[in-house]
Amino acid sequence: MLPTIFCTGCGIGSVMNFSLRAIHDLNIDMNKTVFVSGIGCSSRVPGYIYSDGLHSLHGRAIPYATGVKLANPELKVIVFTGDGDCGAIGGNHFLHAIRRNVDITVISINNFIYGMTGGQVAPTTPLKSKTTTTPYGNIEYPIDLSMMAKVIGAPYVARWTTAHPVQCISSIKKALQKTGFSFVEVLSPCPTSYGRLNKMGTTLDMTKHFKESTINIKIYEKMLAEGKTTDKMVIGELVDIEKEDFNTKYNKFCGELK
Amino acid sequence: MIHVNTNYCKGCLLCVEYCPKKVYVKSEKLSKKGVFPPEVKFPENCIRCHLCELMCPDFAIIVEDKNDK
Repeated sequence: MLPTIFCTGCGIGSVMNFSLRAIHDLNIDMNKTVFVSGIGCSSRVPGYIYSDGLHSLHGRAIPYATGVKLANPELKVIVFTGDGDCGAIGGNHFLHAIRRNVDITVISINNFIYGMTGGQVAPTTPLKSKTTTTPYGNIEYPIDLSMMAKVIGAPYVARWTTAHPVQCISSIKKALQKTGFSFVEVLSPCPTSYGRLNKMGTTLDMTKHFKESTINIKIYEKMLAEGKTTDKMVIGELVDIEKEDFNTKYNKFCGELK
Repeated sequence: MIHVNTNYCKGCLLCVEYCPKKVYVKSEKLSKKGVFPPEVKFPENCIRCHLCELMCPDFAIIVEDKNDK
């Protein structure tokens, strides 16, 4: 299967690398793991992994994953999804999977654009960014997937970039061990579509830009306490709480009825 | 020992940039795939931090520890 189908410097390969390392470190049984994906560049990932996989419809990765988890609660379900897949077409499914608190891990690879179909504007595209459908700059406000997950009540939410490999691996490990909906968003460079149209240079320049334009949540909270604000994107472990998941609640409920 | 698989490498040069000890340089020869892959020029400087392995999006680099055989 290798080399991968992704463009030069694409961050999806890195995210796949991080996830596989996290899975290897935790000694997760690959016979009891299912990788689910929708449509998009990011959704090619399960094709490279020697395990059960499900390549589903556009945006419907999370409903399929919910079905797999409810049918066989022993399986570990990991969803690879992109920003368009998770935030636009599958936006509603994303909200309601968090609301139900199904025990799945969602790894969202956010490259700010619809990369596979030619670089159209996505719901996460920042203001004033150029894409093939907004050649004079984007005027729509972007959505923040991690903050959305936090507001609806996901028990584990983390956001990192591909320039933070060690932190990202430890977050994916925590997400895999969590019972309940765990969400890891990874900001990833797309030099072919997003970088080229916005004159951001190669993947090296884009990863440097990620380091400069993001701020760790610990530093951000200190800044907030001092009364300062910043335009930078907040990264780090945003939420880490305990919450009863859907399967446990369902089994309890069935027990009560008898 | 550092192995670079030039068939997998797409020449993004993240390894050259992120190596803390600057073990790699950009090769002057084109690989079979038509890109300039990294070249292991100073292997004695390597401290086995495995950062190049982690950063590589194409699984092209393997760093062997001294104990591994």
